[in-house]
Amino acid sequence: MKRYDLIIIGAGPAGLSAGIEAAKRGLEVIVFDENAKPGGQLFKQIHKFFGSKEHKAKIRGFKIGEELLKEANDCGVRVELNAIVIGLYLDKEVTVKIGDEIKHYKGDAVIVATGATENMVPFDGWTLPGVIGAGAAQTMMNLHSIKPGKRVLMLGSGNVGLVVSFQLMQAGCEVVALVDAAPKVGGYGVHASKVSRCGVPFYLSHTIIKAEGEECVTGVTIGEVDTSWKIVPGTEKHFNIDTICLAVGLSPMSQLLSMTGCKMKDTPGGYVPECDETGATSVPGIYGAGDVSGIEEASSAMIEGRISGIAAAEYLGFITKVELNEKIEELEEALQSLREGMFAPENRGKVLEKTDEGIDVSSNLLEMGYVDELEIGRFPGIRRVSGVHPAIECTQNIPCNPCEDACPRKCIKIGDKITSLPVINPDRDCSGCGMCVASCPGQAIFLVNEEYEPGFAAITMPYEFLPLPVPGDQGRALDRSGKEVCMAEIIEIKSLAAFDHTHLLTMKVPGDMVMKARFFRNMEGAQ
Amino acid sequence: MSKIKDRLINLGEFVLQPDDDMIICRCEEVTKGEVRKAVHDGMFTLTEIRRYTRTGMGLCQGQTCGRLIKGIVARELGVAPIELEAAVVRSPMRPIEMKVLGNEGKEAR
Repeated sequence: MKRYDLIIIGAGPAGLSAGIEAAKRGLEVIVFDENAKPGGQLFKQIHKFFGSKEHKAKIRGFKIGEELLKEANDCGVRVELNAIVIGLYLDKEVTVKIGDEIKHYKGDAVIVATGATENMVPFDGWTLPGVIGAGAAQTMMNLHSIKPGKRVLMLGSGNVGLVVSFQLMQAGCEVVALVDAAPKVGGYGVHASKVSRCGVPFYLSHTIIKAEGEECVTGVTIGEVDTSWKIVPGTEKHFNIDTICLAVGLSPMSQLLSMTGCKMKDTPGGYVPECDETGATSVPGIYGAGDVSGIEEASSAMIEGRISGIAAAEYLGFITKVELNEKIEELEEALQSLREGMFAPENRGKVLEKTDEGIDVSSNLLEMGYVDELEIGRFPGIRRVSGVHPAIECTQNIPCNPCEDACPRKCIKIGDKITSLPVINPDRDCSGCGMCVASCPGQAIFLVNEEYEPGFAAITMPYEFLPLPVPGDQGRALDRSGKEVCMAEIIEIKSLAAFDHTHLLTMKVPGDMVMKARFFRNMEGAQ
Repeated sequence: MSKIKDRLINLGEFVLQPDDDMIICRCEEVTKGEVRKAVHDGMFTLTEIRRYTRTGMGLCQGQTCGRLIKGIVARELGVAPIELEAAVVRSPMRPIEMKVLGNEGKEAR
């Protein structure tokens, strides 16, 4: 039986981060992962992450994965792939299926970072081929370059549902509807807005009644639900589609912790171990890090992993308690900043009517998926001035501030509290460089010039679809709801390395459309 | 919890529901009606349901249906899902062929 100081199960964001911190402190570490590639869900995340610099904000998820993997290799963390851990026993013995053998390992400490699994929801026809998890769709598209379908209906308006809907469109699928049984959009408003302005209708308070098809999905019927989740007769709507994506939450994959005798608790978010702030379970030397101890997202999983890695080093005597506490304090602060704002764990299920700044939240955003033109003016990111300037359509307190750092002229202020809404500084002049537009992970910043030409305005928007339009292209401008509102001409396309694959499209529209037009579609209707 | 341990609890008559033939456990092809019937037959815990109907005993080891079964059983018993004790977890936590399970790695001896 091979012995290691620390055995980590799961080479995702939490597991790798834990491995890095432990190896840096002199522990001999091995990480097992059942997949052929390390990184967990990180390599499927092609969007830019939220947060601040210390959380690697505005970097795309798979890039963060690459950085993490390199750091792990540099620290001497051994990552064993295609290694399926099938049991975790008393005295921290781990049995692993490698090839066609079962191998036994023993860790003086064990960190379980096995992540989560997708929830399903049953409806008539839910077992038909073509009904897939949103995570599965992401795996197909972003890891294996396979289009999951042509016409897709997404169930679930949380961040997963919203992000994957956008990625489906990037992959060339048509998203015909975004459906959620809840009366309000669950995920970030900025994610909803970018899906909405591409023309995807939101059906809140709706659910799937039936998936149709004999051999595979050929259509779907949805209907409106009342407050007791019953279908309201006569509200049925039918769509011809070939794929239904389910994004209805995740459940922690905590079986290993349960089987080794860790004290568990059942929560509305799943069956999780009882952990202290370092991830330590009731069994000394066994830790849970990342989604396995409660669903959050990759940024917090990485910090939780680091904390557990350091805690394991202290448990085994590689560092002192004082060193542990110092480091943990700093990491806890970074973790806490991610858990603040409107989407903080304590706000789950609550209806917030005002932002921290005391501004009424956009009800249209929560009910339709986009901020109404009549609502947008009350947010501090919007200022109507002459010349080119940013219009920041960021209307919820979420932990994110790359726009503040991106502006070389300091036109945008968020401040120490990273959940504050971005404010335009009236004393600074915008150069129109577009760095803020490209840096915003929510794609919520536009540059507008109300006096581009007599009678015409110019609007610069973030654009992440291929093929790119070219200057001179004529098309239609779409408003925030995805409705065509006027003719538009592409006048400039900027694609800089610093923009990291977000292209800046500038279109010319009639002057009165300056606060309306937010997306461009070529004449042929191709995105 | 006490509510569930009370084996004399009256669940009323078993009445067929329109979606009873919907498959819930895909691996073992167990329907919603079969799970509901199992509760009426006296299987009040998730472990009992699993042994009685084989839900969650197939390829995915309950990864897909675990939550759904819990919801159905809770509704049938008239309790919140959170009040049901989780089913026991045992190794192997992933499906594995017997010939592999019995093949102790050389290095490990």
